[in-house]
Amino acid sequence: MAYVAIADRDHEEEHHDPQTFITKYVWSQDHKVIAIQYGATAIFVGVIALVLSAMMRLQLGFPDTFSFITPENYYQFVTMHGMIMVIYLLTALFLGGFGNYLIPLMVGSRDMVFPYMNMLSFWVYLLSVIILLASFFVPGGATGAGWTLYPPQAIMPGTPGTDWGIILMLASLGVFIVAFTMGGLNYVTTVLQARCRGMTLMRMPLSIWGIFMATILGLLAFPALLVSAIMMLLDKTILTSFFMPAISSMGADPGYTGGSPILFQHLFWFFGHPEVYIVALPAFGIVSDLLSTHARKNIFGYRMMVWAIIAIGGLSFIVWAHHMYVSGMNPYFGFFFATTTLIIAVPTAIKVYNWVLTLWEGNIHLRVPMLFAIGFIFTFIHGGLTGLFLGNVTIDLPLSDTYFVVAHFHMVMGVSPILVVFGAIYHWWPKITGRMYNETLGKWHFWMTFLGTYAIYLPMHYLGFQGVPRRYFAMGDTDFLPASAQDLNAAITMSALFVAATQILFFANVIWSLTRGPKADPNPWDATSLEWQTPDTPPKHGNWGHDLPEVHRWAYDYSVPGYADDFIPQNVPADVAPAGRDHGVEH
Amino acid sequence: MPLAVVLVLLVVGSIVFHLLSPWTFTDLASNWGMVDFTVDITLYVTGFVFVAVNLFMAYSVIKFRHKKGARSTYEPENKKLETWLTALTAVGVAAMLTPGLFVWAKFVEVPEEAHVVEAIGQQWHWTFRYPGDDGKFGEVDAERISGDNPFGMDPDDPNGQDDVLVYGAEAHIPVDKPVKFLLRSKDVLHNFTVAQFRVKMDLVPGMQTFLWLTPTKTGRFEVLCEEHCGMAHYTMRGAVVVDELDDYTAWLDEWPTYAELNATPAGDAVAGAAQYAVCASCHGQQGEGVAALNAPKIAGQDAWYLKRQLLNYQNGSRGTHEDDVYGRQMVPMSMTLANEGAIDNVVAHIQTFPDTKPASTIEGDVANGERLYAVCAYCHGKNGEGIQAMNAPRTASMTDWYIERQLQNFKDGIRGSHLKDYYGFQMRFMANTLHDEQAIKDLVAYINTL
Repeated sequence: MAYVAIADRDHEEEHHDPQTFITKYVWSQDHKVIAIQYGATAIFVGVIALVLSAMMRLQLGFPDTFSFITPENYYQFVTMHGMIMVIYLLTALFLGGFGNYLIPLMVGSRDMVFPYMNMLSFWVYLLSVIILLASFFVPGGATGAGWTLYPPQAIMPGTPGTDWGIILMLASLGVFIVAFTMGGLNYVTTVLQARCRGMTLMRMPLSIWGIFMATILGLLAFPALLVSAIMMLLDKTILTSFFMPAISSMGADPGYTGGSPILFQHLFWFFGHPEVYIVALPAFGIVSDLLSTHARKNIFGYRMMVWAIIAIGGLSFIVWAHHMYVSGMNPYFGFFFATTTLIIAVPTAIKVYNWVLTLWEGNIHLRVPMLFAIGFIFTFIHGGLTGLFLGNVTIDLPLSDTYFVVAHFHMVMGVSPILVVFGAIYHWWPKITGRMYNETLGKWHFWMTFLGTYAIYLPMHYLGFQGVPRRYFAMGDTDFLPASAQDLNAAITMSALFVAATQILFFANVIWSLTRGPKADPNPWDATSLEWQTPDTPPKHGNWGHDLPEVHRWAYDYSVPGYADDFIPQNVPADVAPAGRDHGVEH
Repeated sequence: MPLAVVLVLLVVGSIVFHLLSPWTFTDLASNWGMVDFTVDITLYVTGFVFVAVNLFMAYSVIKFRHKKGARSTYEPENKKLETWLTALTAVGVAAMLTPGLFVWAKFVEVPEEAHVVEAIGQQWHWTFRYPGDDGKFGEVDAERISGDNPFGMDPDDPNGQDDVLVYGAEAHIPVDKPVKFLLRSKDVLHNFTVAQFRVKMDLVPGMQTFLWLTPTKTGRFEVLCEEHCGMAHYTMRGAVVVDELDDYTAWLDEWPTYAELNATPAGDAVAGAAQYAVCASCHGQQGEGVAALNAPKIAGQDAWYLKRQLLNYQNGSRGTHEDDVYGRQMVPMSMTLANEGAIDNVVAHIQTFPDTKPASTIEGDVANGERLYAVCAYCHGKNGEGIQAMNAPRTASMTDWYIERQLQNFKDGIRGSHLKDYYGFQMRFMANTLHDEQAIKDLVAYINTL
């Protein structure tokens, strides 16, 4: 049989329509249903992690007040909060959620190329979440080793949760990585193989570029975490000594010899630093599309943006030891890793300039997604700039392991990506559900989240300058700290509780929209990219009806001169209108 | 419009907060002013970018907000502008990186004239070792660590014989002399940080790490562990005391060398009997404790703990708080023991007493007590047996009213507030996890069941 290009194989798909409720909504192989399953699960665990952070803040703001927070509990909350937020919320939501939903729709494909594996990916992810949450209920409770799980402490009796908690944590990570790999191979293959006719790589929306690159990073980085989890599991269960030197633990000799705790840190951060960009690159991509659409203007410097995503992705693999300047590794590494780390600031800064320049001479509609996108630029500038302190090896000496670090990474990979997550949910909500959200509730949600989080994290940097260490259950009498440091901590806690509480507005909006939201227009934002051009809203199984779309231009033909509408969808033929950047740049 | 105004206000507010914040770097007490200088340069460069980009964004949001009939300008790229911005950013990055690498080069090269102090971390204490007159440390080995040899010294290594072993959380160093801290951990990762010195480094079991500095101010500076090391990480405190040279030498001379420690004879229980006569009048003939005289049971208590408390009474780190009524009575009693040998003897004598469980006098919610005891068990043992390596005494089968009173004393700062009572200082943190009198009673009721 002659080879038929995937873009031309449209008729085959129609025989695979799901027939029953179970195959349609539970064991579904439809990327859109899987995306919603991924997204809902991730947001569910995210809420748990949010509650954990509120408990931590209660203790830090008002120490010795709440008898349900012991030092053991506190370290368990810290650990689970961090791990859930980074892996089980952000990674799963950006790639499993948005990646799943957007890739086939934005590249003009009927589904992922391996739908069955895509379905397995979600169910295995759910299993990893169940294993993780189960660790709260085993003897000794969840692990309190900190999300970095540094040995020897993570598996030695001085830390909470070394009976079963750490074993379940490592097992859950292993299962998660299996799930991610099945999903990730799908995303990469779909982008490379299943784009519709005319969708060249350099015509893809930046959302897809960000998700695509992040997935590649994940496929290369997660194996490092997997091997370190397996090795630590062996150290814990059958007393191998991969990461364990000879030690004397609480007066006893546990019987280890010859291993290296620093080896674990290298493996962990070889995964851990790219992980930052696994979260950040999809956010970069998505925010570019939100800005462009709602400013009715092409993204500024598209090609530069694509190359910056690729450059950042590549560089992210040679900066990992900037997390380890004061770890006791060979100090001469500091020269190399400080240099690479500060170099990565250049492509990152270019992205920021281009976002801001996209607003310049635009026609800015301050709808809810746009508010979140602009809020993101502000918080990301802040978080990015404080990274220049910590990445510069010398400044890491006073600031490492202090609240400056906590404030920095929450600004850059907590608040910033979450603002994009919300912006993206509001942006694509009409397409996903076919209904509009409540604009007023959405705006309140933005303002309280944006201002509230800044009130948490701006002052927190100054606790770090002062020398307040992270991961302290209580400061007690520390002679170099003024009493006002505790007052500041109390104020930060109040802001944190406020922000946590206002997330109810988001859920209220979801319920409002699903019950009484007005029916959405198929393309309410007059956007150019393909997902807004589907024949049905929400798109049906197979996405495109009988014929696959054909792409004739890039995704950013907004306000093209000489054309009446201020947008030209990607699938509008070139002879109907001026054809964007491929031909029309030198106007 | 509100968005643009808020963006401007946030920029202005951030600057005002920065300028007015009372929370800033502690006063520098070392040679590492260059670190602060690098921080300053970075603050200026990043501060400029923060203000410029955000104000530009706010201006754009105002000027180009949607108006009826407005249209964007179609401008996919501007090569010249992009090149300029890239080049300027690169210059800014270089301006920050260059001093950073320059200072780091100084940090990794320790001056040859630096003297060496070893800081040893364990869950959750600091101890220190000085190399002695020969300037060389003896070999140590984690597998040799025991109650009698907490440093894990090699008894056959001639270099180790004159090593000065400081079993306490305070190290002294002379002012204006460069010092290299060699860092070693017995168990898990720790981190040696003195905020006023600006430098820090992890302690890694199985290897030695280091940092160096020249202290420029005399005084007592707190050492914090800043690498998560388990449940009581936040209580792992110590101090570096920067002295004038003479004071430093005098302090160091007070500590024994390894050879001197080994030459100390064990306590003589028979000789201790005579000295115990004084103790017996309150603590009872068999050390069983007499509640009416507020004297706890001491029979069956760990010898190293009894010795430490007697020394604490003698050196003023216990029994000097004005509200410590019964502790103050112990001070003159402890003074009847003329020297360390006498203490060893009387402690040896106490070890010969029969150990019988005293009657319980405190009732409480045992189940709640068991929950609360989970934290205590890390150091005092699951069965309250006491763990010498954790510097935590036995709690099981001791007088319950005494434990209750001491927990209250720790909570109130009556005990453990003296700077030299390192382990009492930690107990204050732990006692603070018991929020009221009932919690203490519940806990003690549970300990009675052990």
